[in-house]
Amino acid sequence: MKRTLLATSAILALAMSPAMAQNKTVKIGFVSTFSGPTAVIGNDMRNSFELALDHIGRKMGGLPVEVIYEDDGQKPDVGKQKTEKLIQSDKVDFVVGYIWSNVLLASLKPVIDSQTFLISANAGPHQIAGELCSPYFFSTSWQNDQTPQAVGEYMNQKGVKTVYLLGPNYAAGKDMLEGVQATYKGKVVGHDLTKWPDQLDFSAELSKVRAAKPDALFVFYPGAAGVQFLNQYVQSGLKGQVPLYTAFTIDSLSLPRQGDNALGIPGAQHWVNDLPNEANKKFVADFKAKHKAYPSFYGAQSYDAVGLINSAVVAVKGDLSKKDAMRDEMRKANYQSVRGPYKYGNNHFPIQNFYLQDVVKDADGTLTLKTVATIVKDSQDQHAKKCPMKW
Amino acid sequence: MLLFVEQFLNGLQFGLLLFLLAAGLTLVFGIMDLVNLAHGSLYMLGAYFAATFTTLTGHFIGGVVLALMATLVVGMAVEVIAMRRLYGRDHLDHVLGTFGLILFFNELVRLVWGPAGMNLTLPAWLNTSVELLPGVHYSMYRLSIIIVALAVAAVLYLVVMRTRIGMLVRAGASNREMIGALGINIKLLFTFVFGAGAALAGLAGLMQAAILTAQIGMGENILILAFVVIIIGGIGSIRGAFIASIFVGLVDTVGRAFLPDILKLFLSSSAAATAAPAISSMLIYLVMAVVLIVRPEGLFPAASK
Repeated sequence: MKRTLLATSAILALAMSPAMAQNKTVKIGFVSTFSGPTAVIGNDMRNSFELALDHIGRKMGGLPVEVIYEDDGQKPDVGKQKTEKLIQSDKVDFVVGYIWSNVLLASLKPVIDSQTFLISANAGPHQIAGELCSPYFFSTSWQNDQTPQAVGEYMNQKGVKTVYLLGPNYAAGKDMLEGVQATYKGKVVGHDLTKWPDQLDFSAELSKVRAAKPDALFVFYPGAAGVQFLNQYVQSGLKGQVPLYTAFTIDSLSLPRQGDNALGIPGAQHWVNDLPNEANKKFVADFKAKHKAYPSFYGAQSYDAVGLINSAVVAVKGDLSKKDAMRDEMRKANYQSVRGPYKYGNNHFPIQNFYLQDVVKDADGTLTLKTVATIVKDSQDQHAKKCPMKW
Repeated sequence: MLLFVEQFLNGLQFGLLLFLLAAGLTLVFGIMDLVNLAHGSLYMLGAYFAATFTTLTGHFIGGVVLALMATLVVGMAVEVIAMRRLYGRDHLDHVLGTFGLILFFNELVRLVWGPAGMNLTLPAWLNTSVELLPGVHYSMYRLSIIIVALAVAAVLYLVVMRTRIGMLVRAGASNREMIGALGINIKLLFTFVFGAGAALAGLAGLMQAAILTAQIGMGENILILAFVVIIIGGIGSIRGAFIASIFVGLVDTVGRAFLPDILKLFLSSSAAATAAPAISSMLIYLVMAVVLIVRPEGLFPAASK
C-alpha cells in the first residue's frame, strides 16, 4: 500500500513538473583554487561567499540557493574541465569565481556559448574587457590594468623619475605591467617577467634591480609569491635603497606571514576593509566574528558577486529563463556593494574608485590594511573602447 | 661587472643548495639502487620543522639544530618502515611506492600545519645585506647559505674519502652485492645513508624556508632539478653531484639574468620579455640533453659496476 502510494505520488510529481516553474533552486557553480599553496585565497572567497548567502537568508527571489564548489588547482586546463562539468552535467544558472586570469580565459568560452552568466570575482584579463567582451560576462572586481594604473598615478604624484617593473609571466602579470606603463610618466629602466607559478627565487631579478639603480620598484606577486618576494626584497637589503610599490602583493591573507617586512610598503586597491559604508561594516564585522581574521579583497569581490546575482534573480522574481531582464538589472549594479556604489562600463567591468592602502597595526596589535587616500575617482579601464557591446 | 659578480654569487648559492639535495639523492640511488621520489618530502619537512622549532624555542640556531635532528629521525624511520620493503624490487615499484609517500607527507603536513604554509623568521643579523666588495651588496643570509653548504660539502668529502664508513659507502656504490658478501651489515649501512641523505635534504629545505617560505609540495619542483643534477654528475658520485649542481645553478641564474637583455638585441622588447623566462627555464634541460648525448654515464660516474 505504502509503496503504491509512493509510486503514484512519484508519477504525479513527474507529470506535474512541466507545469510548475522550471527553477526550484538557483544553482551556482563556484570555480576557485582550493588546493596547493594558493588554497588560502579560494577558502577566503568561499567563506565570504557563504557569509553573503547567510546575509540574504540563503534564498534569492524566494528560491533556495545551491552552490557547487570546484577546485581549479591554479591550472587553466583543470579550470576549463571543471567549468564544462558545471555547465554540462550540473546545468548551473551562474558560474562565479576565478582567481587567475589564465584560468578564466581558458574557461570563458564554454560558459558564454551555453548562454550562462559568468561573474568573475577576481580575474580581469584585458581580452575580456576588449574584443572578447560578452553580454554573459560581468565582473565584480576590476580589469587587470586598473589597479596598477592607479599605482602609476601614485608614483607620478610622489615624483618617481625611474622605475623597474617585475611580475610573473602569465596573462595577469603582463596586464599589470602594461597597466603601470599606461599612466606612469617617468622612465621604465627595466622590465622582467618571471616564470609562473614555479619560480619562487628572485635573486637574479633583484640583483638586476640593484644594478639598474631605479627610483622605485613596482611588483605584482599575488598569493604566496608575495610573501616570498617580500622576504627576499628585505634580505637583499633593497628595502632601504629602492622603495617598493605594489599591486595585489600585500593583502590580508599574505600579511600575517609577511609581518613587519610589509610595513611602509604602499599598494592600490578598489576595496579596503575600513571603507566607511554600511554594507562593508556589516561584512567585515561578521566575517571577523566568524573567522577571527580580516577578510581579503578576494573575499569582498565574492561577497559582492552574491549581491549582484541576487539583484538579478529578485528582478525577474525567480524566473531564471528571462536572461535579458536579468542582464538589464545587473547592468545597473543595483545592490549594496561593499566598495560603495559603482557603475558598469559597456564591457561590464566596474567604473570605480581606487584607494591608496598602507600597512598599520590595529588596536589588538594585528597588522592590517588602512585606506590612506583616494588615488583616482571613477576610473574606467582603457580597453572598454575596444569592446563592441553598446547599451 | 659588479652585476656579474652578484649574479655569480646567486648562481653559486642556488647550486650549492641543489648540491645538498642531490648529494643525498645520488648516495641513495647509487648505493641502494633506490629511486626515491620522496626525497623532496624530507626537504619540505625540514622547512616545516625549522619554522615550528624556531618559533617554539624562540632561538634561531637552536631551532635549526632541532629541525635537523628531527628530519634525520624521520628519514631513518621512513627507511625502516617503508623503504626496506622496496629494496631488490623493480624501479617502477620504487617510483610508485615513493610517489605514494609524497602524497602521504603532503597530506600529513596539511593536517598538522594547515594549508597556508609557514614563514621562517630570520634573526636581525641575518635579515640584512653586507658590502662584499665596494659596490657589491649581497644578502647576508644567502652568503651564509654559501658558507654553510661549502662547509657541509667539505665535511662530506672528508667523511666519504677518509673514513671507514665512507669507504663502505664508496664500496657500496661500486658493488653492492660484494660488500654484503664480505660480511658488512648492509641493513645498518642503508639506514645510515638514508638518514644522512634525509638530514641533508632537511638542511636544504630549512635554509630555503627563510627565502621561499615553507609550502606544501615545495619539494616536487626542486626534486626535478636534483635529478637533473645527478644525471649530469653521474649517479652515485658526490664529486659529480657537487660540480653538476654548481653548473646547473649558474646556468639557471645566469640564463634568467642575462637572456632577456640578449634577446632584446634581435627581438621586440615585449616579445623578448615573454620568451626569455620560457627559454631560460629550458636551458638546464638542454644542457642535460647534451651531456646525455656526449657522456651517457654522466660527467663523473662512480666506478663502473
